[in-house]
Amino acid sequence: MTELPLIGEAVAVAAHPRLAGAKIGVVTFPGTLDDRDAARAVRLAGATPVELWHAGTTLGDVDAVVIPGGFSYGDYLRAGAIARFAPLMSKIIDAANSDAKLPVLGICNGFQILTESHLLPGSMIKNDHLKFMCRDQVLRVENNTTAWTGDYAAGQEITVPLKNQDGQYIADEKTLDALEAEGRVVFRYVGFNPNGSRRDIAGISNAPGNVVGLMPHPEHAVEAGFGPEIGSGTEGLGFFTSVLNKIVGDNK
Amino acid sequence: MPRIVVDVMPKPEILDPQGKAIVGALPRLGFTAFSSVRQGKRFELTVDGEVTEEILAQARNAAETLLSNPVIEDVVNVEVVEA
Repeated sequence: MTELPLIGEAVAVAAHPRLAGAKIGVVTFPGTLDDRDAARAVRLAGATPVELWHAGTTLGDVDAVVIPGGFSYGDYLRAGAIARFAPLMSKIIDAANSDAKLPVLGICNGFQILTESHLLPGSMIKNDHLKFMCRDQVLRVENNTTAWTGDYAAGQEITVPLKNQDGQYIADEKTLDALEAEGRVVFRYVGFNPNGSRRDIAGISNAPGNVVGLMPHPEHAVEAGFGPEIGSGTEGLGFFTSVLNKIVGDNK
Repeated sequence: MPRIVVDVMPKPEILDPQGKAIVGALPRLGFTAFSSVRQGKRFELTVDGEVTEEILAQARNAAETLLSNPVIEDVVNVEVVEA
């Protein structure tokens, strides 16, 4: 199915003919609210989104998984803490750690779920200023070799929306040093640190680079007229085209 | 019915933004004696019947796996409280 843009020009994506056959699962927990936007971003990038329910016990034949933002289980206990034990999460954890290295992207609450799942190190606590914050945020792509960032240039700056209350990324100094040394700091806040995250970290990856998590929302910057007013407004689309090119590359 | 109380606190090296906000509010109400506040969580797990060693071990396990996140929090107390 082709998405028609509601406002503005259609985004031209250099879609590989085989991309339309690629299936990207989008997980919905009770309290998830960005699943529809994530699915739309997948379609705009040229692939087919597959709805995955948190209580499901199979991932089917998806080529990648997006864990979108929201407030799974009301953020009770800790953000992502209860979602991490959902039946589908154990399948995602196994697939991400398997030899096949299923690409997994966690956005905002999805990032929090990935840290609670121990797929990514560290954790998120309340913003240092204690308030919910929503703004267009500039990020620098520090690592363009992950499954989700291959279509960006190293050092490229992109603007995507950010909206969170528990977005302060923390880890002990040893973990932070290791992340830096291994190139696993994938995104850094530029110009303004919106939540007090250590070392301006906005997103990180696991060692192989198939699992990426970040607090800002690339899925809200995929369509002209709806994204940030800074930059093209569609600078988040590269996440979704990156993983498709990665999938096609792996299947050559 | 007996309850098992589990207390969880943010790790000492982690800045507690909520505690910081509270310590800022205290002097405005005239409570000037307190230089620092840290906010934690208390869980009460009710047990139907006697608290055996096995049940207490379950509570400790739950405290470490679900009730706290060892990256940011410490389980500082697990104790049985008779009703």
